[in-house]
Amino acid sequence: MFPARYWREIPQRYRLEAEKCKRCGRICFPPRSKCPKCGSMEFDAVRLSEGGVVRTFTVIRVAPSQFSDQAPYAVGIVELDGGVKITTQIVDCPLDKIHVGQKVRVEFRRIQEDGSAGILCYGYKCVPVS
Amino acid sequence: MREVAVIGVGMSQWGELWKKSLRQIFVDAALAAIGDAGVDKIDSMYVGCMSSGLFVGQEHLASLLADYVGVAGISAARVESACASGGVAFRSGYIEVASGISDIVLVGGVEKMTDVSGDGATYALATAADQEYEGYQGVTFPGLYAMMASDHMRRFGTTREQIAHVAVKNHKHGAMNPRAQYPYEITVDAVLKSVLVADPLRILDCSPITDGAAAVILCPLDAAKKFTKKPLIKVTGSGSSTDTIALHDREDFCEFAATKRAAERAYKMAGVGPSDISLAEVHDCFTIAEICVIEALGFVERGEGGKAAESGLTALGGRIPVNTSGGLKSKGHPVGATGVAQIVEITEQLRGESGKRQVKGARRGLTQNMGGTGGSTVVHILEVA
Ligand SMILES: [Zn+2]
Repeated sequence: MFPARYWREIPQRYRLEAEKCKRCGRICFPPRSKCPKCGSMEFDAVRLSEGGVVRTFTVIRVAPSQFSDQAPYAVGIVELDGGVKITTQIVDCPLDKIHVGQKVRVEFRRIQEDGSAGILCYGYKCVPVS
Repeated sequence: MREVAVIGVGMSQWGELWKKSLRQIFVDAALAAIGDAGVDKIDSMYVGCMSSGLFVGQEHLASLLADYVGVAGISAARVESACASGGVAFRSGYIEVASGISDIVLVGGVEKMTDVSGDGATYALATAADQEYEGYQGVTFPGLYAMMASDHMRRFGTTREQIAHVAVKNHKHGAMNPRAQYPYEITVDAVLKSVLVADPLRILDCSPITDGAAAVILCPLDAAKKFTKKPLIKVTGSGSSTDTIALHDREDFCEFAATKRAAERAYKMAGVGPSDISLAEVHDCFTIAEICVIEALGFVERGEGGKAAESGLTALGGRIPVNTSGGLKSKGHPVGATGVAQIVEITEQLRGESGKRQVKGARRGLTQNMGGTGGSTVVHILEVA
């Protein structure tokens, strides 16, 4: 991944910056210029909720090279409070204990090591909460 | 709009073609289609290709391939919509003939995927998902389809065995297709014992990495008899639709909304419904995809896709044979070529040229080709004129 792209994404990856449509309340993550629900172009900056629920998931056994040191690992679609859904790893939990409906919390972690230059990329992962 | 006919079809062998270049594979298919159609000129060409840049380091394909087909000077364009590139290219060619802008149009699709390592191919294919918000998190394509599969199993009670039946059925069909990459039969047991890739999907649930090309020739229906004595195959429906590229942005993780919309548009244009279709070629990039696709096309009720594979409803001899070519699973999946090869299979079936896998009395066929996890879909309906 090119460094410029990585830096551009930091507001989302580090600070969970999202935007809430002023007209219909839809939360967009990442932010968009036009609301996909109502077409409005006016938004308020909001921070994504850190709490959510697992909607579906899988365990990746055959991983891309930059993730191969982590395999097997769980990836799921998590619906955060407020309705935004994200694709994210689900960590700090035995793989066979993850289930749909499980409550999770967003945390910041190292995501991948990029190429031979070894750029460390950070972002969000989810951990179960009881 | 003018009525449009498919008057020629051609394919290269599909498989690991280490001794052939991308351009050679494409030319093999294109010349076969030109010969089959009996035309002596081409006015325009569309090439479906997802990622020749990442797979073989070559862009500017339309001009390169027009040159090597021996028709340099014509109008030519490459079309990209991930794994739906071929289907979208066909639609582009169809529109160009229907509009009256060109008379004889060659639509080809090609992908040369085995010149890079397995990891290189995985990387190239991953660009069809949302790289910044899906790929970055470590999810793979099998992983995205695996999440659809577990959603379908949880909500509709679809069993792991039912999903395996899709692979078994398509290999049974593909075993009768001499151009298929893996023309042999497999068993449910073999699928269930194959290596886990992303739970619950195993390696025998996944379509392979393939080199291959396919091509067809389109012309106005009125002019078609001048060129060919074979049965004329008319394009009666064409529908295309998009959806969110990221799976997580959808309301429903195992419903292909773009396929539903594209099918509705194609059915409406052709003036037919799902029960009027004799056979279909659909996008079984993973076993679970075929299950969700046949539901979206209206061949079965929502949630019944798994049972359809298990009961033989979608097998040769069943109510609606699906993927008589072997599908992506057995025939292979050179991504940019797949959508065009679907047209080749339906055309041959409607002409009665499919040999052992012929669907008896086939009058009307449907193709469904989609990109990524369903972010793009094209549906076509073809009929004997
Ligand atoms: Zn809105």
